[in-house]
Amino acid sequence: MRLASLPGVRMKIGLFIPCYIDAFYPNAGIATLELLEKLGQDVEYPMNQTCCGQPMANSGCNKDAAAAEALFVKNFARYDAIVMPSGSCTHHVRDNFDAIEQTDDVRHVRENTFELVEFLHDVLKVQDFPWAEFPHKVGLHNSCGTLRALRTASMSELGEPFFSKPMDLLGKVKGISFATPKRPDECCGFGGTFSVTEEAVSAKMGTDKVRDHHQAGAEYIVSADTSCMMHQQGCAERAGVPIRFIHIAEILNGARE
Amino acid sequence: MKVKPVNHAKAAEAFIEDTAHMDFHDERLWDLRQKRDGQMHILPEWQELRARASAIKEHTLANLPEYLEQFEANAKKNGIHVHWAADGAEHNRIVGEILEKHGAKSLIKSKSMVTEECCMREYLEPRGVVVTETDLGERIQQLDNQMPSHIVVPAVHKLIPDVAKIFAEHYHTDPNDNSAQSLAWQQRLAARPVILSADAGMTGGNFVVAETGSFVVCTNEGNADLSATVPGLHIATIGIERLVPRMADMGVFIRLLSRSALGSPITQYTTHFRGPQKGSEMHVVLVDNGRSHRLGMEDFWTSLKCIRCGACMNTCPVYRRSGGLSYGAVYSGPIGAIIDPTFNERKYSTLPFASTMNGSCTNVCPVKINIHEQLYKWRRVLAEHHELPFVKREVMHMAGKLMGQPTLYRAAINGTEVALSTMPRFVLYNWLNPWGKHRELPHPVKQTFHSWYKQNRLKNKKKEGESA
Repeated sequence: MRLASLPGVRMKIGLFIPCYIDAFYPNAGIATLELLEKLGQDVEYPMNQTCCGQPMANSGCNKDAAAAEALFVKNFARYDAIVMPSGSCTHHVRDNFDAIEQTDDVRHVRENTFELVEFLHDVLKVQDFPWAEFPHKVGLHNSCGTLRALRTASMSELGEPFFSKPMDLLGKVKGISFATPKRPDECCGFGGTFSVTEEAVSAKMGTDKVRDHHQAGAEYIVSADTSCMMHQQGCAERAGVPIRFIHIAEILNGARE
Repeated sequence: MKVKPVNHAKAAEAFIEDTAHMDFHDERLWDLRQKRDGQMHILPEWQELRARASAIKEHTLANLPEYLEQFEANAKKNGIHVHWAADGAEHNRIVGEILEKHGAKSLIKSKSMVTEECCMREYLEPRGVVVTETDLGERIQQLDNQMPSHIVVPAVHKLIPDVAKIFAEHYHTDPNDNSAQSLAWQQRLAARPVILSADAGMTGGNFVVAETGSFVVCTNEGNADLSATVPGLHIATIGIERLVPRMADMGVFIRLLSRSALGSPITQYTTHFRGPQKGSEMHVVLVDNGRSHRLGMEDFWTSLKCIRCGACMNTCPVYRRSGGLSYGAVYSGPIGAIIDPTFNERKYSTLPFASTMNGSCTNVCPVKINIHEQLYKWRRVLAEHHELPFVKREVMHMAGKLMGQPTLYRAAINGTEVALSTMPRFVLYNWLNPWGKHRELPHPVKQTFHSWYKQNRLKNKKKEGESA
């Protein structure tokens, strides 16, 4: 559509949709696909995909991640870039994907896997989303995977100059405004299996997180990570905190509500 | 008998249920984190200081035997008696013998995590030595018969009424005293006579300087200085990893320590001990207690860089919401979770999982220990050593198999489409049930992404292919 705004990159992209997005938040997946298509990319979703191996590896059971990792490489080795709307999956593939032998294919996949925001911001360098308008006050939630592993934004602990790739992108959306929570980069407590093995702490962290955003005046919590939002939504609904959740891809793709 | 792993999750749940304590604990420690940020912003060279501190510590640890011997030789020249303790038992025996030689029956001490590690009080008290903690928080914990819950602020999990109750029981003060100042004054009144009549004093040591044979103690209450100087017999118990090569290195560490710990530029007292005063004795007990073993662990040796500032605890969202005691160990929080398993893998096997691995701890660490990466590595080690709960191991094994087989996986996911009101079958196992305890389940959807794609993209692509 707005190919002129792109630096002329057209790649063959493999789309990875994490299991929880596939099963519970298909709209985030659909928005990711449509957005990449609108930006002129050639996107395919390999039908035999399952998981990147992260849940097993994060639990210490690295050997049990091998089958998922092997299948991931089999599905995605043929693409120029692998894009996924998930920071923690990207972090796993890029930084911890070592349950299988590191062949050329494995290295190719690991080096060319991108989280959606960094792909839009750093690779495609998208300058505007003319179709996008979201006249709401949103609170941005950066998952710890995108923030501290992929470094998509400045981290409060380091005192570095402010930057935020997701906010750069959202700033190009008409009508949007941002709420400022008190603890913008505190972890929300999802943490994968932590959410069940440490459910009390996890739920308390999630509830505190959604309250912080709500008190800052956010109508929506927007994030590049659906797993955090799945957890936060569960906490908000139980605690009766009136706040809505939307994936960043949906806003950038032109969602209105 | 098999050791049971610490149940952090259960203890944390109990801590959270007590809302007043939990919220105070979280806010108080978050406030320390923010004060620490404030200090960081004042110093443009903050990251350079961290890098320097880390490099000095790594260099020292890589040459530890030489620096330890250098310290010993110089300390002896200064008139300090130097002792070596391979473990907690040897440490306690050494301290016991020094006290016995002097006929010392009362020992006043300032905060020391190493003596907690060695369970020194438990050793000395049955042998007729009365041990009195002089740090306010540590004394509260001693009177309440609890371990310190934080390495810098040991009673931070308690509220004023808790302290009033404890003091009323032991000092016969007003149980309804609601003033922190007044309670601190009560402690002062109770502690002074004990300090003035004590036979021996004990401190820890924050830093040990090899080239000068001296050591440095940083406190805010001045109690360490009283403990060290009033009785005329000073024993300092110090872990062997506390060395720095040169006095000049102290400039780096002193600038980082209190800023990281409490967000104050420096501790109220920074005392350099170089030798005994006239007519008194000074002993340093250098404690190994597993440190040499840790130094040999490729993935975990850098945990020995720790200067015990507690910044990782203050920033840790899990620690703030679970309290230090929930870790069931001398060292709690993120640093505890990577150190404790080196003492006992089974007992502390749960601690590396008491984390979301969010990485904030690593970012605040003044000596740049990659704490969250070590947590990740510990999980692997513990799984390989079969220290994971059976159910978790089985769930992961099954999930791993399922994820390798697209057809089976799809059938499992499609379970959602058949039974719309439930989670996919593969996540229905009891192990995952706690999700719903304080949280709603995700809403079921009409169609998975997979099925949407098949319907909306694959069909079109097939058509395109047919027409081409």
